[in-house]
Amino acid sequence: MLAKSKAKPSSTRRNTVELLFGDLWEFDPAPELADPKLKESYALFIDGQFAAPRSRKYFDSINPGTEKALASIPMAGKADIDAAFQAADSGYRKYWSKMSGNDRGKYLYRIGRLLQDRSREFAVAESMDGGKPIKESRDFDLPMAAAHFFYYAGWADKLEYALPGANFKPYGPVGQIIPWNFPLLMLAWKIAPALATGNTVVIKPAETTSITALKFAEILQEADLPSGVVNIVSGAGNTGQLIVNHSGANKIAFTGSTEVGKAILRATAGSGKGLTLELGGKAANVVFDDAPIDQAVEGVINGIFFNQGHVCCAGSRLLIQESIAKVFVRKLKHRIASLRVGDPLDKNTDIGAINSREQLQKIERLVEAGVHEGAALFQSSCSLPRRGWYYRPSIFEGVTQSHRIAQEEIFGPVLSILTFRTISEAIEKANNTAYGLSAGVWTDKGSKILKMSAALKAGVVWANTYNKFDPSSPFGGYKESGFGREGGKQGICDYLKVS
Amino acid sequence: MPPVALNKSPLKRLLDEVGPVDQVAIEERVAKFTTRSIKKSSKVWGLNLVVSMLDLTTLEGKDTSGKVESLCRKAIRPDEFVVTPTVAAVCVYPAMVTHARRCLGDAKIKVASVATGFPSGQFPLRTRLQEVKQAVRDGADEIDMVIQRGAFLTGDLQRIQNEIAATAEACGEARLKVILEVSELETYDNIRAASFLAMAVLRPGDFIKTSTGKTSGNATLANNQVILEAIRDFYLETGTPIAIKPAGGIKNSKQALQFLIAVKETLGDAWLSPERYRFGASSLLNDLLMQLRKQQQGVYQAPWKFSDAFSGY
Repeated sequence: MLAKSKAKPSSTRRNTVELLFGDLWEFDPAPELADPKLKESYALFIDGQFAAPRSRKYFDSINPGTEKALASIPMAGKADIDAAFQAADSGYRKYWSKMSGNDRGKYLYRIGRLLQDRSREFAVAESMDGGKPIKESRDFDLPMAAAHFFYYAGWADKLEYALPGANFKPYGPVGQIIPWNFPLLMLAWKIAPALATGNTVVIKPAETTSITALKFAEILQEADLPSGVVNIVSGAGNTGQLIVNHSGANKIAFTGSTEVGKAILRATAGSGKGLTLELGGKAANVVFDDAPIDQAVEGVINGIFFNQGHVCCAGSRLLIQESIAKVFVRKLKHRIASLRVGDPLDKNTDIGAINSREQLQKIERLVEAGVHEGAALFQSSCSLPRRGWYYRPSIFEGVTQSHRIAQEEIFGPVLSILTFRTISEAIEKANNTAYGLSAGVWTDKGSKILKMSAALKAGVVWANTYNKFDPSSPFGGYKESGFGREGGKQGICDYLKVS
Repeated sequence: MPPVALNKSPLKRLLDEVGPVDQVAIEERVAKFTTRSIKKSSKVWGLNLVVSMLDLTTLEGKDTSGKVESLCRKAIRPDEFVVTPTVAAVCVYPAMVTHARRCLGDAKIKVASVATGFPSGQFPLRTRLQEVKQAVRDGADEIDMVIQRGAFLTGDLQRIQNEIAATAEACGEARLKVILEVSELETYDNIRAASFLAMAVLRPGDFIKTSTGKTSGNATLANNQVILEAIRDFYLETGTPIAIKPAGGIKNSKQALQFLIAVKETLGDAWLSPERYRFGASSLLNDLLMQLRKQQQGVYQAPWKFSDAFSGY
């Protein structure tokens, strides 16, 4: 049909035409100006009260966008963790275990609404403390966090419908440890189902991102949540260890690295504690030659560069069918050219700051390994701010299964591109990983989606989309990506002892 | 030798050739353009660019020579206070071309004329071509034609392509804008396919235009994006740059800037020019001027401070 156009192209011309993504129309800075209402120094939240740490130790939380200290954060020690579990125990006995599901739900609704009321303030705090672009904290983290409270509020008085015919009861006090990539959202994922099912909580935010968790304690006070039901303790790895090993913790819920997850699994073995782990990933995004190409490009970009690639389910391995590999990679490079890297508080920023200096160094190390092992590196030529920890969006071509960058989780804006010829090769390569958290499939053919979603060993398989979340949809992994599910009805079961 | 196509309709063959568009994903993509925040000097620059890309339009049964004359004056000097570029063109019915040409004098503003049985296109090819030739003779620099949507949907694609080619020939030196009337093609797949169908016979610098403005559906960020991506793919494949004109439904500055952001991030800087991108609109100009005066004077002026000769607000 297009025969008439085929006379025109000449191969020399085809190679010389290129798109120009320059600075003809530069955007002025558009900073988000809402006040994050930060304090100079924060306190632990134990038994409904803000309290200075008995350890008397503090550490600084750094703004990764500027490398400046934001606030002083308490480092909870043994005495603090003891007090927190004591409070969680009395909160459970005195209030939470005696309250009806209906009443628990009211508190959760209240928390969700208060979070919505203060969402802009929290979004700015989240972006300053963690480095994620304001448009993501504003449009994703905060609305999703509130949605989780609303969703589980609805379950609180309907638990018998989640587990018809079963006998179940809550664990009581549980210990929860969350990562730095989605600080407030992971807190919501942990606290909302735990409270809905009648447990009480001792939760520790990650060392580099404690501020929104400690701000969240203000919301709990405002919601008049009975004392001891939620206790928030900040600190580093040692504090986490104290929680995991504490005799008062009847269950541990952990989201973080596979390495730490394994240590927790060893530490809790034989203790009788319940355990759910949500660990690393090295997800494959599989693009077939019949896929809607531009939308697949967008999905791949979103899959790997969302939140600077600090996403456990990031689509960090792209598997493209060989017949479209060349055109697909060219389109990826065009798309990367219009990504804006910079100040997390600028509303036009697509990729913000890397969460910490350590993480930046880890990314640099792994990219170096990729180059050393012979993969071809392409990086965006965008300018980076002079201060702060930033990394250019990067893609590696010519990656094979044996490369470190195809096997290890980089947790940064780095995509490894592999190719395949047949559907069985795609499945084999996608599953050739220690992880199994998520995967993506891009095709115009429904039957291929069904086949792939059954064959891919991953907790979530997205079809013609990526990084799509909803509180009603369970999330969790296979293999070294952990076990247990968060979200949905399944997320309830993991906070109940069923007999 | 042509490939064997077993039992496949020509439309299906074309759809296979140009590839599918995912509706949900492309609508998500364009929603991201709306979160861009354009401030201060970048806003002024963008607004002025939109002014320079305007095809100031009046296409009403009740058009008079007086109305066209005031439109032309507005085109030459959009505002009494703010200095802006002139608009790119005025767009009128064929009967008004001579008059518009005269009103514009020696201003460097093009006269565009809709032709080929606008807006339905349901007329014999012979009279449609006569219309085009007459409009060009009367002084039209640009011709906005409509395709036969019925022929597209029944798969008579060769006919559409032949008609576009014939119209391009009848245009001579005048630039051609092919109106796909996207709302009557209904799917993004069809819009992409129709774009390729047209581009294959267009000359460099000719336009694809989304809509007539006479049906329920108009230009949206999503159907604009489908065409931008088709133009980009065609350009990278053949080296032929095709221009685009969204029309209808773009009523305020914020919307117009979002369309421009889509251009910047999809086709790049070379398309940020009236040579390659136009807006077909009638009421947009006054909103642009209102925003530009706000940038200059710090406050919004009341709507009646802007000439309303050709539109309501």
